[in-house]
Amino acid sequence: MKAFARLFDELDASTATGAKVEALKRYFASAPATDAAWAVYFLAGGKPRQVVPTALLRALACERAGIAPWLFDEAYQAVGDLAETIAHVLPPAAVPSDVGLAEWVEQRLLPLRGTEPLAQAERVAQYWDELDAGGRFLLTKLIGGGFRVGVSKLLVQRALAEVAGIDPKLVAQRMMGYTDAKQMPSAARYAQLLAAAGEHSPGDSGQPYPFFLSHQLDLPLAEFDAKLGPPTDWLVEWKYDGIRAQVVKRAGRVWVWSRGEELVTERFPEIVALAQALPDGSVLDGEVVVWKDGGLGSFNLLQQRISRKTLTKKVLGDAPVGFIAYDLLEWAGVDRRAQPQVERRQLLEAALAHAPGLQLSPLEQRAGWAELAQLRESSRERGVEGFMLKHREARYGTGRTKAEGTWWKWKIEPLRVDAVLIYAQAGHGRRASVYTDYTFAVWNRTPRDAAEAHDAIEAIAPRAVPQPDALQLVAFAKAYSGLTDEEFRRIDRVIRATTLEKFGPVRSVRPTLVFELGFEGINRSPRHKSGIAVRFPRMLRIRDDKPLAEADTLQTLEALLGAR
Amino acid sequence: MSLVDDLVVLRPEGLYCPPGDFYIDPWRPVERAVITHAHADHARVGHAHYLAAAPGEGVLSARLGAVDLQTLAYGAAIDHFGVRVSLHPAGHVLGSAQVRLEHRGQVWVASGDYFVAGAADDPIEANATCAPFEPVRCDCFITESTFGLPVYRWAPQRELFASIDAWWAANAAAGRASLLLGYSFGKAQRILAGVDAGIGPIAVHGAVETLNAAYRAAGVALPPTRLLTELADKADLKRALVIAPPSVQGSAWTRRLGDYSDAFASGWMQLRGARRRRSVDRGFVLSDHADWPGLQRAIRASGASRVIVTHGYESVMVRWLAEQGLQASAFSTEYGDEQEARTEASEAAAAPEANR
Repeated sequence: MKAFARLFDELDASTATGAKVEALKRYFASAPATDAAWAVYFLAGGKPRQVVPTALLRALACERAGIAPWLFDEAYQAVGDLAETIAHVLPPAAVPSDVGLAEWVEQRLLPLRGTEPLAQAERVAQYWDELDAGGRFLLTKLIGGGFRVGVSKLLVQRALAEVAGIDPKLVAQRMMGYTDAKQMPSAARYAQLLAAAGEHSPGDSGQPYPFFLSHQLDLPLAEFDAKLGPPTDWLVEWKYDGIRAQVVKRAGRVWVWSRGEELVTERFPEIVALAQALPDGSVLDGEVVVWKDGGLGSFNLLQQRISRKTLTKKVLGDAPVGFIAYDLLEWAGVDRRAQPQVERRQLLEAALAHAPGLQLSPLEQRAGWAELAQLRESSRERGVEGFMLKHREARYGTGRTKAEGTWWKWKIEPLRVDAVLIYAQAGHGRRASVYTDYTFAVWNRTPRDAAEAHDAIEAIAPRAVPQPDALQLVAFAKAYSGLTDEEFRRIDRVIRATTLEKFGPVRSVRPTLVFELGFEGINRSPRHKSGIAVRFPRMLRIRDDKPLAEADTLQTLEALLGAR
Repeated sequence: MSLVDDLVVLRPEGLYCPPGDFYIDPWRPVERAVITHAHADHARVGHAHYLAAAPGEGVLSARLGAVDLQTLAYGAAIDHFGVRVSLHPAGHVLGSAQVRLEHRGQVWVASGDYFVAGAADDPIEANATCAPFEPVRCDCFITESTFGLPVYRWAPQRELFASIDAWWAANAAAGRASLLLGYSFGKAQRILAGVDAGIGPIAVHGAVETLNAAYRAAGVALPPTRLLTELADKADLKRALVIAPPSVQGSAWTRRLGDYSDAFASGWMQLRGARRRRSVDRGFVLSDHADWPGLQRAIRASGASRVIVTHGYESVMVRWLAEQGLQASAFSTEYGDEQEARTEASEAAAAPEANR
C-alpha cells in the first residue's frame, strides 16, 4: 500500500504529464505483478462496489477519534471529502504495516462485503491503525468505492507501454474491459497487458477496441470552407443522444460494451438478438437508443430503461432499444481501424446487409456548409444533438487523439435562460470551502417593473408568506460548472456577503446575481417545484449587465418546452 | 463572574482591559497597546504607546518603524493602574508573547497566536527560532483557534523537514532550483533553521532577508543565506533552495530561477483541496500555530475554567469546550482571516502576510 500511496501522491501533486508518466513507470517497474494488476485496475477507473456503508465508516471514525458526530461534520464541511476527513481525524497509526495492494484488496477489502456490520467495524478499525494518513485516505476511498485519481487512461497506457517496450495502442486495446467487474485483476492478466506484440490477440474473446472520441467544433460557419474544405470531403451524420457502444460478434457470441468499458450485453437483449445475424469477426461502433414504432425515442425513455435492474415485459415494451451503427472496426476477423473512413463505411453497409434489424446511421449530403447548417437547425425536432463530421480519409484513432484523423461534433447551440442565483453550497475536492454549487430560479411571471422585483426580493429574508398572485422566484435548476476559478472566487465572496440563512451546508442568499444558463434539453417533471427539468445545465456567463427584474420567467421555459 | 469584573472585554478598537485602560493587539489606533507579536494583523501602526516582549524589539521595529515602544523581558512584570502585566513565550514567532493580566486576585491570559510542540516533551519539536510556548496558569484563557478542527494534526517536525530535504535534494540532483514559498516573517526563518543546509546553497527573497537580519541580531542561529540576485553562478542556482513569500508565485521574479520545482509551506497544506488550489508541486504542512491536539493541550495546561475563543473556528471550539465542561464563549476579532474569508485568504497569492 505504501508504494501505491506514494504513486497516488505523486500523481495527485503534479499537473505535468511527463512527471506523471515518470511516476507511473517507476511504480510499474518495481511493483510486484499482483499489486500492479490492481493498480492498473484502479488507475484505469475500476471501482469495486462499495464494501462498507458510508454511515458505518463515519460512525466508526468518530468512535476511534473520540469526537462527537457534529464535530466530525464540521470537519467534513471544511475538508469536503469524507475519506480525507476520516484519514485526518484518526489518531496516528499504532501498528504500522506495509502490506501489498493485492493482499489489501483480495484478502482484506473484498471479504468485508457481506460481513456483518460489527465484524466489519472491528476489521476496518484494525486496518486504519496500520496506516498513515495517506494510506488511510486511499483505503477508505477503496472501501467506499470512491477512488479517483488525476491521471488519464492514456497516460497509464503510455507508461505501461514504455515499461514493456510495446506500442501504447496495443496496450490500449488489451486494456479494454480490464476494469469490468466480472473478472478480477491478476498477475496473469497484467502480464497479458505487457506481453510482446503478437503474443496475445483478442481473436476468440469478446474484447472490444478503444473508442475513438470526437472533438467539439467551434468555428464560425464562414470559416468552414477554409478550415475544413468542401463538405464532399466529409461524411456527415446526425449526432445521436444515446449510449455509445461497441457490438462484438465473435465465435458465435455477441458482446455489447459501453464506452465506460462496462460489459452491458445482458441489458440489451434486443441488440444481442439482432447482432447474432452478423458473421463472426465483426465489431460495430454505434449508439444504443430507444427505437420505437420505427423511430428514435427520447433520451428520457432510454434513461428510464437503463435505470431498471430487471427487464420485465413492460420495460421491454415501453422502451425497446435499437442500435444505430456508424462505424466498423473489425470485419472478417481483421482489424479495419487503419482503413479510411469511407472504406469502413462501405464495409459497414455490407455488414448490415447481414443483420437488417440494426440501423445504419444515414449520411446527409448537401451542396455546401450553409445548406448543412440550415438542416442542422432541425436537430431538436429530430431528437438529435447536431452533426458529426468525419473526414473521408480518417482512420479510427484511440481515445481523444487527433493523430489519426478527426471526428468533429458540430452541436447545436444550447438552450439559454437568464436565471437568478438563490442558493449556494460549497463544492468538494479542490472546491472544498468555496461556494461553487448553485441553485437558480426564474420569476413566476414577468415583473411589472424593477420596484416590484425589488419588493419580491425584500420579502425573501423575513420569509413572508407571499400572496397567491405575488411575484416570486421559482427554483428550477442546479449548476456548478462553466465558470473560471477566478469567477468562482468572486461569486464565493458575493455569496458570503449576501447570505440570508444557513441550512447545514447550504446558504440562501439575497439575490443579486443573474447568470446565463445553458442546457441541452428541457422536459416536464412533476418532481420539480417548477414542474420543469433541464438536461446538463451549466453557467455560460455572469450577466452583470442584467438587472434582476429582467431575468427570465417560467413562461420563457414553457415556450422552450413548446418549441421542441 | 459578572461582566464588570472581566479583565478583557471586546471594544470596537480591539481587546480592552478596563481596569488597566489599555488594549491588546488593537486594530484601531489607541493610546496604549500591548502587542503579542509583530505580524501585521496584530501589530498595527498608529498607536501612541506600545508594550511588547524584549526579544521582539528588532522585528517589531523592522515592521513598524520608529514607534514609542517599551519592552519587557519574558516573565518580568509591570504594574499599570493596579493591573500586573507580564509577557510569556508563545512559541509562534520571534518575540511572540502571551499577555498575563492579574488584578484583584484574578488572572487572565490572552494568547495572541501560539504554537505548541507536537510531542509535548520533545525539545526538537519546538519552534527552533524562538522561545517555546510556556503554559501560564490562569482563571480565564483567551485562545486563538486558527486550526481548531480535529483534521489539523501536525506530523513530527523531523519527518516534515526530512521530506523538505528529500524534495530539495531530488531537485538538486535533477539540476533544478527548489522554490519554497512561505511567509517571510516567522515561516521563512523556521524553514531555514530546520533544513539541512549541507544539501546546497540557500537563497532568499529580499523581504525574507530583512527579517533574517533581525533574527540573527537577536541571536537566532540561521544558516548562511544570499539574496537571489547575489547567486550569480548558474550551477549554484540549480542546486539551491530559494525561500520567498507566496506573493512571488507566478510573478516575473521567478523567471530568473530557470527550471524549478515549487512548494508551499503552511498548515493549510494539510488538506488536499487547499494544496490543489495552490497549484504548486508540493505542499509542506508547516505551521506556526497550534494544531487541534496542541490547542487542547494548551487550554488544559492553563487550568482555566473559562475560555474565550478568537480568530479561527470559534463556534466549533466554543461548542467543544462547553462539552468538556468549561465556560466558553467567543470574541469576534479582526485578527488573521475571519473564518468566512479563510479560503480566499489562504489561497490568494497576493494575500498580505498575515498570521499563517
